[in-house]
Amino acid sequence: MTLRNRWRKTLSYFMLSLTGVCAVVAVSLLFLILGILVYNGWRSVDWNFFTKLPKPPGEPGGGMANAIVGSLEIILLATIMGLPVGFMAGVYLSEFGGKTFAFLIRYMADLLNGVPSIVIGIFVWTVVVRRFHFSAYAGGIALALILIPITARSTEQFMTMVPQTLREGALALGASKWRAIATVVVPAAYRGIATGMILGVARISGETAPLLFTSLNNQFWGGGLSDQTASLPMMVYTHATAPYDDWHRQAWAAGLVLLFGVLLANIAARLILSRGIAVQK
Amino acid sequence: MSPNEYMTMGTANLPSASSAAGKPVGQQGKLKAVNLNFYYGAYQALHNISLDVPANRITALIGPSGCGKSTFLRTLNRISETIRNTRVEGEILLDDENVMNVDVTLLRRRVGMVFQKSNPFPKSIFDNVAYGLKVNGFRGRLAEAVEKSLKRAALWEEVKDKLHKSAYALSGGQQQRLCIARALAVDPEVLLLDEPCSALDPIATAKIEDLLFTLKDQCTIVIVTHNMQQAARVADRTGFFLLGKLIEYNTTEIIFKTPTRQETEDYITGRFG
Repeated sequence: MTLRNRWRKTLSYFMLSLTGVCAVVAVSLLFLILGILVYNGWRSVDWNFFTKLPKPPGEPGGGMANAIVGSLEIILLATIMGLPVGFMAGVYLSEFGGKTFAFLIRYMADLLNGVPSIVIGIFVWTVVVRRFHFSAYAGGIALALILIPITARSTEQFMTMVPQTLREGALALGASKWRAIATVVVPAAYRGIATGMILGVARISGETAPLLFTSLNNQFWGGGLSDQTASLPMMVYTHATAPYDDWHRQAWAAGLVLLFGVLLANIAARLILSRGIAVQK
Repeated sequence: MSPNEYMTMGTANLPSASSAAGKPVGQQGKLKAVNLNFYYGAYQALHNISLDVPANRITALIGPSGCGKSTFLRTLNRISETIRNTRVEGEILLDDENVMNVDVTLLRRRVGMVFQKSNPFPKSIFDNVAYGLKVNGFRGRLAEAVEKSLKRAALWEEVKDKLHKSAYALSGGQQQRLCIARALAVDPEVLLLDEPCSALDPIATAKIEDLLFTLKDQCTIVIVTHNMQQAARVADRTGFFLLGKLIEYNTTEIIFKTPTRQETEDYITGRFG
């Protein structure tokens, strides 16, 4: 073997190993995070964590029942507001948008997607909270603003994967355009659309910054959706930055529960998406 | 026509939308193209096509790839409109009525289409056939109508025990016959077929060709085909397209035996294409 050949083989081997190592690092980060969360948080995740209210500083025990319910409320509000708008916008982009207008909307959806979530928080604070009150509604609106462009783009993406021949088949039978979309295109793409929606909801579940200015937080159950509302991400933030060891443990526990919720949603989404569209290849 | 009007129209079958129900069928033109031009943006794909499709006959359109025969077929039921930035000039007459003046969904119920690649919906076999009936407000007995269509498409015996299985479980040839059954379910007056056998083996092709003969009594058929033997086998009349122009249109026998144009003869004898 010539020297040059040996050098090429060594380089190839080195680069191959380097990419492999980086791949392992990328994946192991998830397990590192999970491990640290479990190590620090598992002792505090007990029955009380899910059923009790937070205790004042100094008193041990207590839980985050209000934050768990509050998070669910805010996410549900965001889902109700965000998913239909995002879905319809996605359908429009895929099926109706002309060239320029659709391009503009798509571009702006991507820009909205890239807006830092804290800016969305400040925006909702200005528009909603200053006029009314810190509330679960305001938190829901802020999260919906993040959810809309995600849903729109993923819906569009999966709708455009449906072959044009299916649309033509429906139209050629005398179906109107909306009917062809509602009865053929959307059913063909529903798995992918549902997956995109679940991933979008999972994504907003962990958002903290938009809630900082909108639903704020609450140590108690609060007065319903129009009152300031506790949420798990906010609990992690307030408890982790407080100077009490017991609160720190609670913050780890909240982080752990939140991460597991998001992971479960992600796994569910992957299971649904065994194939993105229900069309034969 | 609104769906409400359909609902009041009996239960046995879909109403015949033809305004020419009283005319004798046979030799007169069912579908006519008059000086038809078609543009994709600035590109002109069809040049001044005039062609008369006789009722209850099979008309084949042949020609090399890209000659415009599929484009022409797709203007006949206005499915070409679904592609952006296209333009039609000239007239297409269905029973002497300009198709541009017919409501497009109604037109497509009267002029059915079968596509080159079979395109069953991701639904059951039954729902595929029932689809056209449902969207057109059919009020009769769906199961009977579906059975009738599957029988007309010579598919019933093969699928009667698995009507509620996915259409994707069928073979390629069966899927194409399912698409034909789907098109027949709404009782079209004209059936357009865009290279329906290009992805099928000879046995499946023979089945579909047999089917076309039996359908002739009930509707007018226009078939685009790459396969000259197929045109010779099934068609009463044949049109030869080249570079977006209709070079020659005559009875199949004349086109294949004594074509008048040199281009036709060259293509038929395999000198190009």
